[in-house]
Amino acid sequence: MSSSNNPSSRKEKSSGERPSKAGNNFRQTFQEISIKHASRRRITNKIVSIIAIVFVIGAIIPLASILFEVIKNGVAVLSVQFLTQPPGAIGSDAGGIGPAIQGTLITVGLASLIGAPIGVLSGVYLSEFATTSSVKGPKQRAISFFANTIRLFNDVLTGLPSIVIGIVGYVAIVLALNSFSVWAGAFALSIIMIPIVSRVSEETLKLVPNSLREAGYSLGISKTKITLFIVLKNAKDGVLTGVILAISRIAGETAPLIMTILGTSLFFTSLTGPVDALPLRIWRLASQPYESAHGFGWGAALVLILIILALSASIRLIARGKGIRVRTETI
Amino acid sequence: MRLSSSSNEEVTRYSPQTSDNDKRVVVAPATTQTKIKLSIQNVNAWFGKKHAVKGVSLEVKENSVTAFIGPSGCGKTTLLRCINRMHEMTPNAKAEGRVILDGVDVYDKSSDPAMVKRRIGMVFQKPNPFPTMSIHDNVAAGLKLNGIRDKKLINEVVEQSLKGAALWDEVRNDLHMPGMGLSGGQQQRLCLARALAMQPEILLMDEPTSALDPIASSKIEDLVQQLKEHLTIIIVTHNMQQAARVSEQTAFMYLGELIEYNPTRDIFKNPQKELTEKYISGRFG
Ligand SMILES: Nc1ncnc2c1ncn2[C@@H]1O[C@H](COP(=O)(O)OP(=O)(O)O)[C@@H](O)[C@H]1O
Ligand SMILES: [Mg+2]
Repeated sequence: MSSSNNPSSRKEKSSGERPSKAGNNFRQTFQEISIKHASRRRITNKIVSIIAIVFVIGAIIPLASILFEVIKNGVAVLSVQFLTQPPGAIGSDAGGIGPAIQGTLITVGLASLIGAPIGVLSGVYLSEFATTSSVKGPKQRAISFFANTIRLFNDVLTGLPSIVIGIVGYVAIVLALNSFSVWAGAFALSIIMIPIVSRVSEETLKLVPNSLREAGYSLGISKTKITLFIVLKNAKDGVLTGVILAISRIAGETAPLIMTILGTSLFFTSLTGPVDALPLRIWRLASQPYESAHGFGWGAALVLILIILALSASIRLIARGKGIRVRTETI
Repeated sequence: MRLSSSSNEEVTRYSPQTSDNDKRVVVAPATTQTKIKLSIQNVNAWFGKKHAVKGVSLEVKENSVTAFIGPSGCGKTTLLRCINRMHEMTPNAKAEGRVILDGVDVYDKSSDPAMVKRRIGMVFQKPNPFPTMSIHDNVAAGLKLNGIRDKKLINEVVEQSLKGAALWDEVRNDLHMPGMGLSGGQQQRLCLARALAMQPEILLMDEPTSALDPIASSKIEDLVQQLKEHLTIIIVTHNMQQAARVSEQTAFMYLGELIEYNPTRDIFKNPQKELTEKYISGRFG
């Protein structure tokens, strides 16, 4: 560096005049070009934003009309009897969808109890532990191979049609226990849930700035505690969003439930017996030829949507109540 | 933990001094009687194949301030991170050599890396308070997550540490507010308080003022002068005036090597090496 000191300063001096001349020429050219382009750019901007708005409206219309249709047809049948009674005789407008609401809450709840912790832990492993810097060489390669295998499995599982997972639940649990059961349904749903939660958790945890982990290390805090109380705590909102997303997804699943919990018109009796669920009930009601059954189907659909909404809202509220929320990053 | 036993004595170590500007005048270290606190012996560090620190050796006296200077990329941060074993946390990073703290090598098999980090605190270049935690919890985090439960003790340490970082008067009524709500300079002092709460013997500061405005920077510089009464400080800086103001010893690094390590006055008035002279006269870097 010291030896190149002189030549470099000479170069600067000799080239001192040329760049300013060239700079002026360029500046003129740039200005001419930008003036020419300015009006065209303004028109292009307008067109692009109009196209974007049209597409957004195009995407919202079907969603809004579905919601409107569900609410319009569903509200009519809502009543205490509808929410609490078991289904009445086929074709009559007596009874309700009590067992289906109860069954959905139990099955989805149990599936979440199994799937959410496993999914989050898997995400934590992939993000925080799979790339351990303290181990090197073949061991590190083995760890990263293992991690990539898990990621591949996650992707494959996410893409698998849910009926296939239902068949697995049927073969693995229903045939083994010789009965359709809540366990089988919860198992199938948790298999759908785990890869979603794992992926979202991993991605969210990776967004936590490394400077926070380093701050933890610099205080002599153990890796486990840093992961739990610093990293996970910072990624809490994202991880919860993943869990909510997955719960909403499994709450609406129908195919795997046909193969596992079967559906019944009776209230829940035991975890080893069949149970009803809202998607199953909607499907049954919709395939009946009676006007009253269709009305009940709309009602059940509305209830399912409301349950999912209430669930995500309450999980968010619980999460919000604890700890302090970050206002803005001010540095 | 060192805290639990002689807690009272430990806690009062950081009572703030009245800051008078005289303190910023560089005073030559009293070479007699001062103990060698830290001895860096032939330390090498790599990032993969990149040799970032090349055979650096130097000794640091107790209750002194040592500055690492040099052009950016010369390995100051890496050397600093070798001292508290932070370097090895980076993927693919490797360190060799010995760092003797009070006669014991921190890289010895018997040394616990977490314990080393508790004894050698660190303040980072960019303020990095824990975003989910309040001001109080930021300072208490190191204690709580290292298993200290005694609320009274924690509150006392939090207060003393915030006083030690000259932040107490500004935040005493807002301890429950998020640490991220503070200004950049306050956040950096919060991080300083967080490090002080662990009662470290050595404090490593990596360009602690590079993200701060001049007033906030001079506050940190004043603090360095106060804190060295109780602990040993190593500060990385690319600001040579800052090195001249705060430090007694200065190490000049270039391309991973230690070029010159001498009393700060000598480095700036009478550098021994041509490279040092070129750097401090601003001819490169
Ligand atoms: N995480 C990293 N991975 C790879 N190389 C790095 C990393 N951090 C620093 N380096 C390299 O190591 C050298 C020393 O860097 P550093 O210690 O940060 O320099 P300084 O603090 O003096 O500016 C530089 O050449 C830099 O490019
Ligand atoms: Mg640096």
